Amino acid sequence: MRLRVVAALAGLALYLVVMPLVFRESRYLLGVLTTASVLSLISLGVWLTFAIGRINIGQAAFALVGGYTTAILSVKLGVSFWLCLPAAGLAAALVGAVIGWPILRLKGVYFAMITLTLSEAARLAALNGGTITQGATGILNIPLPGEVTFAGVVLVPAFRALNVQLAFYYLAAILLVLGLFTVTRIASCRLGWIFRSLRQDEALAASIGVNVAKYRVLAFALGCFFAGIAGAFFTVSQQSIYPSSFGVPDSVYFMLYCFLGGLSYVSGPVVGAFVLFLGFELLHGLREYQMLTYAAIMIMLMLWLPNGLLSLRLPARPRVKADTA
Amino acid sequence: MNYALIALGITLIFAIMGVLNFAHGQMYVLGGFVTYYVYGVFGLNYFVALAVSAVTVACVGLVFERFLFRRVLRITTREESTMLLAAGTALLLDSLGLALFGEKQRGVAPVVAGVYEIFGAFVPASRALIFVLAGGLVGALLLFIQYTRPGRALRAIAQDKETAALQGVDIDRYSALGFALGAALAGLAGGLLVTVFAVNAGAGTPISIKAFIMIMIGGAGVVSGAILGAFVLGFSEALGYFFIPGSTTYLMILVGLIVFLIFRPQGIMGKPWG
Repeated sequence: MRLRVVAALAGLALYLVVMPLVFRESRYLLGVLTTASVLSLISLGVWLTFAIGRINIGQAAFALVGGYTTAILSVKLGVSFWLCLPAAGLAAALVGAVIGWPILRLKGVYFAMITLTLSEAARLAALNGGTITQGATGILNIPLPGEVTFAGVVLVPAFRALNVQLAFYYLAAILLVLGLFTVTRIASCRLGWIFRSLRQDEALAASIGVNVAKYRVLAFALGCFFAGIAGAFFTVSQQSIYPSSFGVPDSVYFMLYCFLGGLSYVSGPVVGAFVLFLGFELLHGLREYQMLTYAAIMIMLMLWLPNGLLSLRLPARPRVKADTA
Repeated sequence: MNYALIALGITLIFAIMGVLNFAHGQMYVLGGFVTYYVYGVFGLNYFVALAVSAVTVACVGLVFERFLFRRVLRITTREESTMLLAAGTALLLDSLGLALFGEKQRGVAPVVAGVYEIFGAFVPASRALIFVLAGGLVGALLLFIQYTRPGRALRAIAQDKETAALQGVDIDRYSALGFALGAALAGLAGGLLVTVFAVNAGAGTPISIKAFIMIMIGGAGVVSGAILGAFVLGFSEALGYFFIPGSTTYLMILVGLIVFLIFRPQGIMGKPWG
């Protein structure tokens, strides 16, 4: 137990302090790491829906919701980014709850398919949103995060005055750490057990008094919240959003990250997203064969490690086991 | 009718293997490309091209089944893994298509020239031919499944795998057959439709989504449902594009689908969560 905490802290220090110091001048690497962090955050949301036994391939839809919320609030209404970020998460969670309430009645492949069409529906909705979403042109010139002052003290300086890449890296890192912490807590408290009971048998869970409908919507909405936050992050860091910013392939990737990291582990999606995304970037030199090699590697991974990267037995690795049931 | 071919292929694979074939659209594209090369570039007979498409894609399906899905089905602890694998193969085929065929839109000239007039509507002869071919293929497949020995074995596996095995059905062999057949249908559909809509390497995902919509409407794993779903989608597409042009149509279809599934989650013909 002690060892685990130490290892986790060491990892945290490496992630939050050492890596940014080492890479502070390398914009490309920093950008890659930032993206990987935020992708992990989205995948954590997908993992939450996996926790209740549903395959969610609609995460891109909610990232799109979050992204557009941020874009519209900050460009049209001039709201500060720091308010947009939670607003985006809440908007995505709200949409997730409203849509999730009926569609969570579906199971297995049906749910997977309906969420997949949800990704497509969100893209089309954005495309046909008229003046609100500005159709195919998307929303451009989204301002960078401004400064946050409290009682005259500058808590967070305006991003434009800083090394922008580094600022976004820290933001992504902090978001990811918060997200991972939240999910770890959820997985180990009563809520986590409820989610796992839903995954194993909903009828049985209902018979011992679990409000199935409530908890599955809760899990889904939480997952959507993560997607909304991450969508807002990408929107601001790229200063633009288009209907095609998040599409069906992205949704599939998020799901793959979870799978390949290992579904039984809370840190699975994070490991999956980092390994796969960094791997993809490493294959950059192969140019047109990048995708091909990447897909082949992915299939190999599935063949040899069908239960995820974390199912490799590395005794020194701190693992949060979520599946001891 | 073409939609029916696509939907039937994916249903067949789903019913027999319990695998949602994400790569179905990519297989369709592959079939289209093979027809394009054999018929459009090498100038061979169109029917030869169709047959080559079907066989090529069936081989791809066979290889996937034999070397990938069977292994994963055996060693995994979670059944969702096959879905992930299917998504992986979709990626593989997508990028393979891009690397092999380039990103250009590929189409071939209509197979037969001329226009028929049916009830005052003008139908190009090539479209009529495709319609008849697709209808014939669907019919042939239904007869095959209903009345032949392998067809009966496939239906038995779809109903209950263990019981079928107990009755002496060679599960491995027929799973491979089912997968190859499903893939061949995708290839055929691609080969047929390439004469009407050109294909390009990125066209796979939208086709897969359409296939999913069709089997959701009809009910997954049920043959009659697949055909019904294909017709419903085909008609609502045609009507929708006639009245409200542009991509709003699809948005409406998707919203309608979600509303429909609230009331009938298992589709029109589906078993209650099969």
